[in-house]
Amino acid sequence: MEYTAGNYDVAVVGAGHAGCEAALATARLGLKTVVFAINLDSIAMMPCNPSIGGPAKGHLVREIDALGGEMGINTDKTFIQMRMLNTGKGPAVRALRAQADKKAYQFSMKHTMEKQENLDIVQEEVIRILESGGKVRGVVTKTGGVFYSKAVILTTGVYLNGRIIIGDVNYSGGPNGLFPASRLSESLINLGFELGRFKTGTPPRVHKNSIDFSKMIEQPGDEVIIPFSYTSGKIMRSQVSCWLTYTNAKTHEIIMDNLQRAPLYTGEIQGVGPRYCPSIEVKVVNFKEKASHQIFVEPEGLNTNEMYIQGMSTSLPADIQIKMIRTIPGLENARIMRYGYAIEYDYVMPTQLKSTLETRKINGLFMAGQINGTSGYEEAAAQGLIAGINAALMIKEKEPLILKRSDAYIGVLIDDIITKGITEPYRMLTSRAEYRLILRHDNADLRLTEIGHDVGLIDDQRYEKTMQKTKMIQQEIERLKSIKITPTEENNRLLDEMGSSPINTPFTLEDLMKRPELDYDKIKIFDAMRPELPKEVIEQVEITVSYSGYIKRQMAQIESFKKMENKKIPKDIDYDKIYGLRTEAREKLKKVMPVSLGQASRISGVNPADISILLIYIEQQKRKKAK
Amino acid sequence: MKDEETIAAISTPMGEGGIGIIRISGDKSFEITKKIFKPVSEVREIRSRHLYLGHIIDPEKGNRIDEVLTAFYKSPHTYTREDMVEINCHGGMVAQKKILELAIKYGARIAEPGEFTKRAFLNGRIDLSQAEAVIDIIRSKTERALMLANRQLAGGFSEMIKSIRSELVQIMAHIEANIDFPEDDIPEADPVQIKNEIQKSKNRIKMAIKNLESGKMLRDGLSTIILGRTNVGKSSLLNALLNEERAIVTDVPGTTRDIIEEYININGIPVKIIDTAGIRETGDKVEMIGVERAKRYLNEAEMVLLVIDASIEITEEDRRIFDMAKDKFAVIVINKTDLPSRIDEKEIEKILPEKKIIRISALKNQGIEELKNEIYNSIVEKMGPIDENAIIATQRQKKAMEDAASYLEKALKSLEENMPIEVIEIDIRESWEKLGEIIGDTASEDIINAIFENFCIGK
Repeated sequence: MEYTAGNYDVAVVGAGHAGCEAALATARLGLKTVVFAINLDSIAMMPCNPSIGGPAKGHLVREIDALGGEMGINTDKTFIQMRMLNTGKGPAVRALRAQADKKAYQFSMKHTMEKQENLDIVQEEVIRILESGGKVRGVVTKTGGVFYSKAVILTTGVYLNGRIIIGDVNYSGGPNGLFPASRLSESLINLGFELGRFKTGTPPRVHKNSIDFSKMIEQPGDEVIIPFSYTSGKIMRSQVSCWLTYTNAKTHEIIMDNLQRAPLYTGEIQGVGPRYCPSIEVKVVNFKEKASHQIFVEPEGLNTNEMYIQGMSTSLPADIQIKMIRTIPGLENARIMRYGYAIEYDYVMPTQLKSTLETRKINGLFMAGQINGTSGYEEAAAQGLIAGINAALMIKEKEPLILKRSDAYIGVLIDDIITKGITEPYRMLTSRAEYRLILRHDNADLRLTEIGHDVGLIDDQRYEKTMQKTKMIQQEIERLKSIKITPTEENNRLLDEMGSSPINTPFTLEDLMKRPELDYDKIKIFDAMRPELPKEVIEQVEITVSYSGYIKRQMAQIESFKKMENKKIPKDIDYDKIYGLRTEAREKLKKVMPVSLGQASRISGVNPADISILLIYIEQQKRKKAK
Repeated sequence: MKDEETIAAISTPMGEGGIGIIRISGDKSFEITKKIFKPVSEVREIRSRHLYLGHIIDPEKGNRIDEVLTAFYKSPHTYTREDMVEINCHGGMVAQKKILELAIKYGARIAEPGEFTKRAFLNGRIDLSQAEAVIDIIRSKTERALMLANRQLAGGFSEMIKSIRSELVQIMAHIEANIDFPEDDIPEADPVQIKNEIQKSKNRIKMAIKNLESGKMLRDGLSTIILGRTNVGKSSLLNALLNEERAIVTDVPGTTRDIIEEYININGIPVKIIDTAGIRETGDKVEMIGVERAKRYLNEAEMVLLVIDASIEITEEDRRIFDMAKDKFAVIVINKTDLPSRIDEKEIEKILPEKKIIRISALKNQGIEELKNEIYNSIVEKMGPIDENAIIATQRQKKAMEDAASYLEKALKSLEENMPIEVIEIDIRESWEKLGEIIGDTASEDIINAIFENFCIGK
């Protein structure tokens, strides 16, 4: 018996990391929003690793923050350890990684959502999407509630037809003992969407009191804490440590002896798993020559004794899990509180999406997060934010927000999944970004705050502050370019003292700074009139000057790239009508429906000659119309 | 941006008429041409559609490459609607190739197959109704270029490029694994090892460029045999053509025991040169075997280079050899012109009328270019004009390899300056992409795949 439960602007289905960002974004932009979760206690749940960030993922969190999203702020409130990674490498690949208190993270996010104006939170399972005339109308829930809305954002994570597999036992289930979403997939198939099936897994959780830490190596947090969010200010907090131990030959023996009970090898698991998050059984089988694998023991929170055993993701039977874990130094007496499991789930092939994350088939229907086949909390949150922003812009009849590959990692992510498609759960890597040197985690604010402000999620004050910072950086670089040091004996002596070679023509301060053995601090002696500048400004100046050669090169490449992105392909193009295209290219183009020649060139199977032919065809059509 | 770059190509290869044309189109056409073209009389202002007589010079070395007639065409009344330049040269295909190389060096890019036509269409010069024809041109030229590239180059070449690429992928995978998975149990890539690997790859690329130039990588060449008495300098000639010491050359007659086969690249045409043992009736068993084989090769050869020693009068043996070759397509090569001449060319003409005679000194490397030109002209005469795509294909590959090598040099320099590893990776990746252009492989998934294949990653 169906009843009208409400009329909204936006309905968000699922309150995981993508759902929370989407719901908060639309609500903050003034749209009446409802967000559904099968269980409200699972809002912003971290079903797997208690960590947020790392290379590429940390970049995403910064970008989310710069655009006005919530993940960075929420992480800063609830982290129990913070580390900067890749400190030994250059600025383009440094990133923050936090260990979060899982429950604190959840409660904090839930409370933020509860306090948010324009946002209703409802515990319900959505079973059907309402659509008519190619436009979305709303959703229907299990209890019969019909919620009408102008936009629907699906952020169902790994719940679609979720199936849990532990050894020989498997059952329909969502992550972490929660109910799955069993009818929504059917609704999507009826609407004409193509689905795929993926799998992911999680390791066991062990009781802290059963662990002998003396046999492990301690890994504390950084002494100086750098927060994720640009709004967090200085954070002083005591941190917990993580612990490192290793598997050994005995562990591997148990695994190898029991492969016939391992669902990954019995064929029980059909879905494709991610290569970068392999189960321990996969690691042992694929890298037989490796004598031991790393195991990190991570606290799940301050008020719990559950420890996350990172590196031991598995779907081996429960009894094997116990045996296996007790071979590891420090875990000989381990008491497992939650068993590791594999979860299979449906996802929607992302080539069916536009770069706004709206589906091509149905107006107003957006998809974000793991439903698109990505993996990771950060990847999900980034998509959720973009989907939320674009749903809002659509309703307000404004131009959508499309971030390019040269703007942000978020741009790389979305372009990758909608253009290239995916064959395994997609994880962000810095190596996926062509312009890594430009897309740094230290300049996310400079790149994206203005956009966040234009959209309406960043207030004027924060925007002004960022513009000020940008100005200070530019001014300081100009100043350094304008000051010349003459080749006097005194100056050369000072240079020599610093291990730098003498000059025989005047050098600007900027040129001097480019020398690998000098830096902003060292050239202070030549720079008497130096203004007092904040640390973040100096950091940007240094990076910009030191890598100016390479940055310039990447900027030139970005210019070329943008030109191709701006060569738009008409929406109504019929690839079957284009003379001279190779069959493979034709098929691929029809599938992906790229919006620009740039995007078309990134499709595998489309080569430069095909692009030329497209160009010619488009020109031909243009002239025909002009006549 | 690619579509806005100035492009250059050989639009008409050196043919029977003896004139070849190089065409340049784009906003830098005039600028580039001015750098390499010196008119005989001073030009105050360039007039469009005017032919200027002058020389192409190499700005670095200052020497003259060829005497040419250059025409400048000012946009928009040109074939492509862009500024265009046509350089008419007649100094032979070696000169023509050199002029194209200079144009590239000073700012142009080698045109893609059908690119001039493509630009003509896009700029409105070709009628709407001809769009399909334009597409046909692009399609067929692309296919032809690919086919020529594949046919010209032995499988070995593309295998070698793949192997160098794979080395680079290994380096990059390691660097990327360290970057994206810093907490996993992966040993840090050692900068010294990276340096050595890059150095190795760079050297391999440079060797490949040399091989490409010398034609070592070509196959199915026009079969050309070097024939002549022992010790007339056949092996020296081969070395001179190859530009290196390959055949054994000593003063003792009959040194080349084996048949030596080498390929050279004459303006994109592969020519297989076979050096034979001196044809001489001897008792030496080894030598006789060589002689027998030589006779067999002669049978199958499409062209013969008959070599005579300038310092010795024509002998009985020479006459016997002339006889063997009289029905064959041949060029007569008089070697050792550095010594006082005892040959009367009229005598040769009597025995072998209508065969071209070229005088060289293999030892002093004189006349070799002329000989190559003559071989080329003979081929053209026999087989018809050469497809210019063949010439351009190797130029394109060579340029891509040169760029690839120079990126690796940049990487080495950055390594020395202790730049961060992700900056060095940029140059390695550019190099890898350039090499990928040669074999038409641009999938970037290779690196990610290599990361997961080589390293046990995973939380």
